[in-house]
Amino acid sequence: MDMINIKINGMDYEAPKGTTVLEAARLANVEIPTLCFLKDINEIGACRICIVEVSEKRGEAMGPKRMIASCVYPISEGMHIYTNTPKVIESRKKTLELILSNHDRKCLSCVRSGNCELQKLCKDMGVEVESRYDGEKTSFELDTSAAHMVRDNNKCILCRRCVAVCSKVQGIGVIGANERGFKTNIACAFEDGLANTSCVSCGQCIAVCPVGALYEKDSTADIFEAIADDSKTVVVQTAPAVRAALGEAFGYPIGTDVEGKMAAALRRLGFDKVFDTDFGADLTIMEEAHEFLDRVQNGGKLPMITSCSPGWIKYCEHYFPDMTENLSSCKSPMQMFGATVKTYYAEKIGVKPEDIVVVAVMPCTAKKFEIGRDDQNAAGVADVDYSITTRELARMIERSGIKFNELPDEKFDDPLGISTGAGVIFGATGGVMEAALRTAVETLTGEELKSIEFSEVRGTEGIKEASYDVAGMTVKVAVVSGLANAREVLKKVESGEADYQFIEIMGCPGGCVNGGGQPQQPGWVRNTVDIKALRAKVLYDIDSDMPIRKSHENPAIKKVYEEYFGEPGSEKAHHILHTSYVKRGLYK
Amino acid sequence: MAAKTCSIPFAGTAEQEARLKEIIASHKGDKGALMPVLQQAQEIYGYLPIEVQTIIATEMDIPLEKIYGVVTFYSQFSLNPKGKYTISVCLGTACYVKGSGDLFDELSAKLGISGGETTPDGKFSLVDCRCIGACGLAPVLTVNDDVYGRLTVDDLDGILEKYQD
Repeated sequence: MDMINIKINGMDYEAPKGTTVLEAARLANVEIPTLCFLKDINEIGACRICIVEVSEKRGEAMGPKRMIASCVYPISEGMHIYTNTPKVIESRKKTLELILSNHDRKCLSCVRSGNCELQKLCKDMGVEVESRYDGEKTSFELDTSAAHMVRDNNKCILCRRCVAVCSKVQGIGVIGANERGFKTNIACAFEDGLANTSCVSCGQCIAVCPVGALYEKDSTADIFEAIADDSKTVVVQTAPAVRAALGEAFGYPIGTDVEGKMAAALRRLGFDKVFDTDFGADLTIMEEAHEFLDRVQNGGKLPMITSCSPGWIKYCEHYFPDMTENLSSCKSPMQMFGATVKTYYAEKIGVKPEDIVVVAVMPCTAKKFEIGRDDQNAAGVADVDYSITTRELARMIERSGIKFNELPDEKFDDPLGISTGAGVIFGATGGVMEAALRTAVETLTGEELKSIEFSEVRGTEGIKEASYDVAGMTVKVAVVSGLANAREVLKKVESGEADYQFIEIMGCPGGCVNGGGQPQQPGWVRNTVDIKALRAKVLYDIDSDMPIRKSHENPAIKKVYEEYFGEPGSEKAHHILHTSYVKRGLYK
Repeated sequence: MAAKTCSIPFAGTAEQEARLKEIIASHKGDKGALMPVLQQAQEIYGYLPIEVQTIIATEMDIPLEKIYGVVTFYSQFSLNPKGKYTISVCLGTACYVKGSGDLFDELSAKLGISGGETTPDGKFSLVDCRCIGACGLAPVLTVNDDVYGRLTVDDLDGILEKYQD
């Protein structure tokens, strides 16, 4: 690699040719503040917060100092970079004051108060007067049309991070910049509501929003009401990925397992039963592995594609409606869990399903859409009543005065809190495939696996492939996360270029650990740390420490089949645990 | 929230659609083809309603929002068909200080449309323009090729009455 000599704030450094000033400074451990910049996703030099002064060589002499946006400006041999001159600091401050001049400054009641990148930058840069440049302000109607989220453009700073993630990472592009100049606003085509577009509800836009312009619809008040209602049995389930990220909301480092404290907090919040979606994941594997083997052996539609991720499901319905037959008919683990609670468990405890409230804590915003889908009501009432994000759970814990960090580690309740290592890895890309393989291979061969770790399908890459010889049959699989990647793989399947039998697709890059409902990490963390890898490691570590690591060996799962469902794929299981899809298409 | 689409029913013909598809096909594989396609689509239809933008989105495999973003960015593109009479109010400096802003707002209220829009009966379009070189007559507006100067808001009813055919 060609190295270039540069000076940063008077100190000599070397940096690879072609790097930006921002990147070179990072390599030298000099931090330049950023706002709109997201590495590899949004590199547009729009906000001017990362401004620095540089002087470049002109022949033998040094040229004059100029202000440049460090996130997009490449270094040159002999360049002098000044990141902290009074002029630079004054410029950043002025930029922030100009942003504030057209920003709805209701910080006290803002969902991002205390966790807002704009707020932090204003504090760091010493902004003293919020109203220095007050003048005409734009005013926008809130878009509350979608089931899962709200867009409040009065707080939008036009950084375009949401636009970039929607179009580049997810390949969807239902939001973008409309109009120009002072009227510029981020919205959908023809100013339509998000609900009327092919938005898949993944929430990645919320995850990258630096301010309070995008947020999930909050159900916490309804859940507090349900808990306070003595006539209701309120059951909570938590998705695998929640335990890998909830700690971040309470100051723990990224990649801390807080499963025990989470169970303790849920109990103290007053839920009647604290169960685990991991049980639902094990149940999903029983049904999905059975469905896969049935399709392979009886000439069913292949490749079969997993159906756990509601963002992916809606994407398939909009963008690949001809492939909905490829989707596994299995409900997601969350929905299977809810359906099992309102049928099997309701009978067991002698409570009517309508008197049970199932709350799901999910790393996901698309789950808010999923609970309202058709064919998700096995007992005649909704399988799941409320789906809240990891962020909402953190809010409930804070609101209740529970000192999360001081809590003891506790366990989930029996019987629907019993799960396996296979269930917990569902939260990371490759996890569903690995869990399914553990069960499918043993079912096919009738022998115990020598090694149950399928390392080929692990890792955070967006597209992974593997092929396994099982009982004389070659099974080709693909594991995909992020919907732009899904499109790439599905195009190959459509054209016949790829001949997989089984594909796992998760809507968010890296899988649920990086879901749109997880605690937000600011740009400067996202740009330097592989968050999804750190969170995924939590799940794989839990898996390797579990006594039981295969879904079909879960005693609670065996029992529920013995007592209720019969066999995987039975008529009863089909009625309660499977669902159907809609061919939506793109434009109405 | 509902889509803000044109209130005048779309009257595109199969022949127009075939021409548009031909143009899109002729740009297949070109980088930056969207601008010329939009310009030629506007030549065919006179404007770019949701129906036309959706054809372009589908044929070019570009998200509809991206197309809408481009269309609303450039003033050369229109979301509404031109009315029989285009009322163009000069908002250039001289006219503006002489009160053309009030003329524009009053017309907008009388016609029930914003700038760039057309009345549902297809009769009037309202647009603003910059200097038309008649500053001596400020404030000025034009209705198609007719020029009206030294106006006050009280003159507007009389002008509109002339175009009731």
